[in-house]
Amino acid sequence: MDNWTFAITMIVVGMGGTLLTLWIMSLLMGLLKQCFPYKKEG
Amino acid sequence: MWEAIAGGMNGLIGGFTNLHWSNPIMIGVGCLLLYLGIKKGFEPLLLVPIGFGAILVNIPLAGLMEEGGFLKVIYDMGIMTELFPLLIFVGIGAMTDFGPLLENPKIFLLGAAGQFGIFLTLALALALGFTKLEAVSIGIIGACDGPTAIYVTSKYAPHLLGAVSVAAYSYMSLVPVFQPPIMKWFTTKEERMINMGVVKSSVSKTTKILFPLVVTVIGGLIAPMGLPLLGTIMLGNFMKESGAVSRLTKASENEIANIVTLLLGISIGATMDGRVFLKSQTLIILALGFLAICLDTACGVLFGKLMKVMTGGKINPLIGAAGISAYPMSARVVQREGQKYNPKNYLLMHAMGANTGGQVGSVMAAAVMLAVLKGIGII
Repeated sequence: MDNWTFAITMIVVGMGGTLLTLWIMSLLMGLLKQCFPYKKEG
Repeated sequence: MWEAIAGGMNGLIGGFTNLHWSNPIMIGVGCLLLYLGIKKGFEPLLLVPIGFGAILVNIPLAGLMEEGGFLKVIYDMGIMTELFPLLIFVGIGAMTDFGPLLENPKIFLLGAAGQFGIFLTLALALALGFTKLEAVSIGIIGACDGPTAIYVTSKYAPHLLGAVSVAAYSYMSLVPVFQPPIMKWFTTKEERMINMGVVKSSVSKTTKILFPLVVTVIGGLIAPMGLPLLGTIMLGNFMKESGAVSRLTKASENEIANIVTLLLGISIGATMDGRVFLKSQTLIILALGFLAICLDTACGVLFGKLMKVMTGGKINPLIGAAGISAYPMSARVVQREGQKYNPKNYLLMHAMGANTGGQVGSVMAAAVMLAVLKGIGII
């Protein structure tokens, strides 16, 4: 694989994959917060 | 008899006669790192052992990095096996409170935006003639995360370990110096004044306990190659949030982290042998690393601006600068800069959220990078 293809692949799939993964995690966190809402102690 | 005396005398001056021109320079670099750590307070826990290690390894004939030498033993045991960065991660996980991030999960995206510099620098390193795996190791300096940089570099470009780790740790400590001008260049005064309000406590204990488990499983399934990094930081955090193993949590964040930091620092310093380190390549790596972290900050702020537009002006773009892994330094810089323009502004907890997002983001970026490398058959 030439350097140009490698660089573009890393930018698109690497950065895109990072953004997508963290977006999925943020959705899951939102879901967790809804499933287990905060209750004040006492 | 005179021959024996001359031979003995020769043994005493052997260190001087075998001194390479690069050794005194690197001893000077070691002293500079000690000065920065002790006098300027820049990451002293790391710069002091690194600086001392650099001095030790540049004294000829001691053989500290030769087979059987004590630095070589430590290096092989902890760096080549990738054990030290992973143990440090358990400690980091045990020290980190992901509460501010969980309060506003959208901020997680800033932790991703703060990793753009990794990939842009990787492309630049390739253009400058580095090999693919070297470029990956140089780009990872942009994670602004020492253990991640060491983990990836020791695995795929161990000959660059000294330059990469020194760059990663020294730039982390310089965050308060180079971030404010970048934040200013990319934002307007009105944007810097945006008040995001107070962070309310709205995260249950169960959510905090489940968070590390969910991140480990989902992150591990997406990027299995990065599971050692992700798994260890989340193990530390899980122990902390569970509250059931306080002795292990305390040991992770104190004794284990301290011992490993010492051994890690001295081993990194031991890679700074002048004959290997003093090359034009090292200067290029240091420059690229700096560029990577500046790009991270710029991209984080620009993403913050995008989020500001998408939320109807509720997000202060400054917090985007905290989407890097330099925790909690970067969040403090955001707080200070925000208050400069609006004394009533209290951005610290929002920035802490972005900063912890940056910690997970940097690990995730490295994990995704390794998964992509595996997918295209480079590793």
